[in-house]
Amino acid sequence: MTLVSIIGFVLIIVGLWGMLTQSNIIKIIIGFSIIDTGIHLLIVSIGYIKGKTAPIIDNSIVKADAVNQVVDPIPSALVLTAIVIGLAVTALMLVYAVNLYQRKQSLDINDFEELKW
Amino acid sequence: MVKRFLILLVLIFFVIMLMPLVSDIQPQTELNPLAEKYVKDGPDELGSANLVTSVIVTYRGLDTLGEVAVLFIATAGVGFMLRRRKDSKLNPQKKRESSEILQTGTALLTPLIFLFGIYIFLHGHLTPGGGFQGGVVIASAVLLSLLSYPQAEVNHKILNAIKSLSGAFYILIGVLGLYLAAGFLDNRILPLGDFGHLFSAGAIPVIYSLIGLKVGSELVGILDSMQRSDS
Repeated sequence: MTLVSIIGFVLIIVGLWGMLTQSNIIKIIIGFSIIDTGIHLLIVSIGYIKGKTAPIIDNSIVKADAVNQVVDPIPSALVLTAIVIGLAVTALMLVYAVNLYQRKQSLDINDFEELKW
Repeated sequence: MVKRFLILLVLIFFVIMLMPLVSDIQPQTELNPLAEKYVKDGPDELGSANLVTSVIVTYRGLDTLGEVAVLFIATAGVGFMLRRRKDSKLNPQKKRESSEILQTGTALLTPLIFLFGIYIFLHGHLTPGGGFQGGVVIASAVLLSLLSYPQAEVNHKILNAIKSLSGAFYILIGVLGLYLAAGFLDNRILPLGDFGHLFSAGAIPVIYSLIGLKVGSELVGILDSMQRSDS
């Protein structure tokens, strides 16, 4: 357990709590974004190695000795793309919220009960 | 009351489910075998100084293609959801002009932000950065322009041309890798060049530029449909 992974874990739980308890659609989307950030932190913390540096070879890192000097590049690569995808998915959710608001002039999730059973 | 209890139950269940995953994360002391192979062979094999880039663009290039496809689908969804009300644009209310400070700032900053975005995705194989970040920076320049000139419209022909051509050329370069090099999205279809210089790492700068243009134009498309929908 590292500090970053604990923070990521807490953020995931806080985001889930927000999504479950809030009834405003915008706040639900914010909760989703918090979960997103928490997952990013969790993934990055898996690849972190104490005392090592970013996997970019330049003057300060010898190419032959790079294995002993850099952190794992794979989680960084995953998170890098996930951030942009998160942005696009958040935009899509906000557009859903706009559409729902224009239907019923309300952002309260309890006003939308067509699919409720 | 029942609802609160259920929410608490779901959260506790989730904590129990996720706890082993988090508590298993030990502070590592050395790279795992796969990462070690990427770090050891990557620089000589692909010629990219930024190892994250070599993982994204080449080793896991297919994943990145999938991510770009997800981005495309999200943009298409945004455009689809907001398009329906275009015909109800009977009374376009007049938007307030933005202040002079914002307009002057936009004129000064927009070219610089564009240049910075292009710099980021061209140097993706040398510095922290790349197509995704560069594309987002370019989209932020367009957002600034849309904020200061609310009546302005993005040229859809150019936007769609950039979107489609960059995506098509991305696939094309990937397929070229099948014939000229070892496999799909292999970057060694171009000479590797001097390690650590701008013209190096084979096709990685080309692919990352195309990803940058693709991501930038997709996000500009999202901004554009959001801006048009509120008028």
